Amino acid sequence: MPVPPFDFEVVFAMVPDLECRELTKRFGDNLAVGNVSFQVPPGSFFSILGPSGCGKTTIMRMIAGFLAPTSGDILIKGNTVLNVAPNKRPVNMVFQHLALFPMMNIADNIGYGLRRQGMPKAEIKRRVAEVLERIGLPDVAMRRVDELSGGQKQRIAIARCMVLEPDVLLLDEPLGALDLKLREHMKIELKALQADFDTTFVYITHDQSEALVMSDQIAVMNDGRFEQIGTARELYYRPESAFVAGFVGDANRWSGRVERLNGVEVELLSDSGMRIKGSGHGRNLAKGDPAVIYVRPEAIELARTKADLSNPDTMISGRVSSVLFNGADSRILVRADDGGVEIEVALPQTGDCSDMRQGDEVHLGWNANQGNCFQGGGD
Amino acid sequence: MRTELRLGFFLLLTPLVLWLSLLIIIPHIDMFLVSLRERIGVGKYQLSLANYLTFLEEPLYLWTFLRTALMSIMATLITLVIAFPVSFYIAKMVKGRLQAVLFLLCLVPFWVSELVRTFGWMILLRETGVISNFLQWAGLVSGPVEMLYNDVAIMIGLVYTSMLFMVVPLVTTLESLDDAVIEAGYDLGGSGPSILREIIIPHAMPGIVSGSIVVFMLSLGNYLTPRILGGKDSLWFTELIYSQFIVRFNWELGAAFGFMLLILSSVIVWGMLRLTGQTLEKTMG
Repeated sequence: MPVPPFDFEVVFAMVPDLECRELTKRFGDNLAVGNVSFQVPPGSFFSILGPSGCGKTTIMRMIAGFLAPTSGDILIKGNTVLNVAPNKRPVNMVFQHLALFPMMNIADNIGYGLRRQGMPKAEIKRRVAEVLERIGLPDVAMRRVDELSGGQKQRIAIARCMVLEPDVLLLDEPLGALDLKLREHMKIELKALQADFDTTFVYITHDQSEALVMSDQIAVMNDGRFEQIGTARELYYRPESAFVAGFVGDANRWSGRVERLNGVEVELLSDSGMRIKGSGHGRNLAKGDPAVIYVRPEAIELARTKADLSNPDTMISGRVSSVLFNGADSRILVRADDGGVEIEVALPQTGDCSDMRQGDEVHLGWNANQGNCFQGGGD
Repeated sequence: MRTELRLGFFLLLTPLVLWLSLLIIIPHIDMFLVSLRERIGVGKYQLSLANYLTFLEEPLYLWTFLRTALMSIMATLITLVIAFPVSFYIAKMVKGRLQAVLFLLCLVPFWVSELVRTFGWMILLRETGVISNFLQWAGLVSGPVEMLYNDVAIMIGLVYTSMLFMVVPLVTTLESLDDAVIEAGYDLGGSGPSILREIIIPHAMPGIVSGSIVVFMLSLGNYLTPRILGGKDSLWFTELIYSQFIVRFNWELGAAFGFMLLILSSVIVWGMLRLTGQTLEKTMG
């Protein structure tokens, strides 16, 4: 067999920084992670998003080397690391509560890994100063850990790993302990740091907005399995399962039976008797099947009179039952005239709907392709 | 409101003040006064430092003190070396019920009086004891072996008696160390010994210091163990004090010895703290 010419550039570019193949972990009879496979290309920001207890921390601990998988393989830059101890793996981890060493000052914290590599003292000092400069905290080297603020500690924890130039940086919900304002700020900063260091980040979180804002690719995980891997946009607009549709972003949900099929377009007769249109997006649905339709609050058109609507596929009339003012993210809840659940609709703060009050008459509508229809029961 | 607060403060302080003054301060003042007396005739005394001079001028007394101090330091170190892995295992390696059971097992020997425990060691170590008989039965020795009445027997007894006082503070401080900090050490490339040296021991330092102080003081002031396991020639400083008070009926010299023990042991503890760069505030706070 002829050997193809070895093209270093191509081979190098194709090898993912991190790859998991059919990774499985059981604790006794309990399946924590089942058959998870994914690849993370070099220099990208990959998130694993899922509710607590879905097994995402288990995956992370297996990659870091603190847990051995029951079966499957973990490859870093194309080489299996299953037999590599955690202190020899080219991955580093930012822990949930950061786990900075309280007995050392900041410089010693960051220099810890370098000291372990046996680097000369002067070189360590230079690198520590360089990384502190890079994270924008050049003056904290001699401070104690507890003298820093939450956001500063966060950056030190990342710097402590980045100074070792790992192939992959693992982050285990590092923003969980911060307050809201700081968390919003750190999201942007983390993304910037990732671009700056040009390192592959694997980030796990239960907070969808963290995952959506920062990631190049997101894996949504539920009950030990990956439901879908895709970009934030794909997950949001084209969820492949009912779980993803319900977990990522807010959505109105109607369950019922498929009444009519017209290509990808599905008409659902909801349990409360409403006719709602959605799209199956190529999923296998048949007439009479139990199904659910998810519609995003911001995909719903809102008008004071029926004539103002742009003639969408589904139209519902009702009354405002409450106004949830939250600045640009304001919503109203609408009770439809023919009953059923309350419908959550985004309320634009411009235009004539902005002064909507409780009890006002409203008309809602959306096109079939805005609704995502999945096969499934009415749980 | 203010007077009420003050009243509460004094009420809470009273037991402590009573305890300190009746049992510690008053006896010590009296002891100090006794130690400064020199008997010049029957029932006649004068103020002098003669008793302290006796202590400093008689080499046997000084050597006995030095020996006691060095043996106590050694007992402290051996206790620390044995207790550290035990505490680490209890605090970090086991969880839940087993943790409580192991901790209780450390405590169980202390439900028996110290005298009975020391006699237990005698039963094991004496000429006609369990170990001697076993060695003879196994054919390893030809005649009975006496393992009592030497320094090793004293050391075994001291370490055994002190173990709990080292394990309790160590388990408490080690438990407060977040597992993630140890994992972070591994993750960043640390090996077992380096994590022990750079992360675990610095974190456990307050526990090590307070445990060591307690064990050192208990060993230094121990009378029963050296006396029973070491025999009458064990040359333990507390025995000197005992013999001055009870045998020789020389309360003046006994009191001076007592004071020297207090002063010298305080100096040793202070010196050790300085040597290891620790302070009492850090340890107790």
